[in-house]
Amino acid sequence: MTYDIVFVAASALAIASALGVVLSVNPFYSALSLIMHLVSLATMYLLLQADFLAAAQVIVYAGAVMIMFLFVIAYLGNRADEPTRDVPLWQLGAAVVAGSAVVIEIVVAVASQAFGPGATVTDQFGNPSLVANSFFSRYLLGFEATSILLLVAAVGAVVLGSKRPSPRVDEPDAFPAPRTQPELELQAAVMGAETAFPVHHVPRKDEESS
Amino acid sequence: MHIGVEYFVSVSAIVFGIGMFGVFTRRSPLILLLSVELMLNSCNLTLIAFSRYWGEQSGQVFALIVMGIAASEVVVGLGLVVAVARRKPHAPRAEPAKTAIEAGG
Repeated sequence: MTYDIVFVAASALAIASALGVVLSVNPFYSALSLIMHLVSLATMYLLLQADFLAAAQVIVYAGAVMIMFLFVIAYLGNRADEPTRDVPLWQLGAAVVAGSAVVIEIVVAVASQAFGPGATVTDQFGNPSLVANSFFSRYLLGFEATSILLLVAAVGAVVLGSKRPSPRVDEPDAFPAPRTQPELELQAAVMGAETAFPVHHVPRKDEESS
Repeated sequence: MHIGVEYFVSVSAIVFGIGMFGVFTRRSPLILLLSVELMLNSCNLTLIAFSRYWGEQSGQVFALIVMGIAASEVVVGLGLVVAVARRKPHAPRAEPAKTAIEAGG
């Protein structure tokens, strides 16, 4: 009975917060709803006796990944907002149709199948040592591939986030040498003094009076 | 009422559909990433539900691998978002509403 109540509460919370992710205007609220969604999914993992994964979900996902999301949203400021909110009606309708088609398809496929009560498992099912046993023996290749993927992603993120901007395609010389003084003066003459560097020293009012 | 695997799979299908709706309708790359996270997590729920149903650890191992893939996807995606945002200035603030005199004149 408790199982049922927890399941209903967790699934209702998961669906509601998933809707919050998609429908919130403010990206901050979207990220916060996703944290709520991840926590309610962790509750469902506990119901499925995946103890280690529930802990990993809360610590890795809700703790680390989402904090990074929030940092980026805070860093971007108003650049994180959407450029426009007016989605054409046909796109909205097509999205609703596509999303509900997937849902109906899966629900019908699942409902037409008679699932038994499932395998009986011991209390040890899903604890870290058993997961690690199959992870490090049978699925060692997947483990190694995942670690290489993470390494590549980390290197890629460092390259993308480094201070030096990546060269643009239309720039023949990506990192030109600093300009000389005559070039700067020419630029100032062409572009107007207020848009270029202050080439000539313009005395301020208090300097004139002294 | 016995909560079987079909209930968990149905919930994950609904969440997947919501994430799909988000990918199709939202414009901001950040929200797109969040919607992709929703879809990946619903797949995780399915994997774990069937892992419990068959009494096999494999599904949980796959779910862990999916979490690793999702983490690297977020890292690269956020790096791209920040790199794009560096190249463009802050979006202009919304124009203040005109007063009646300005609008009339």
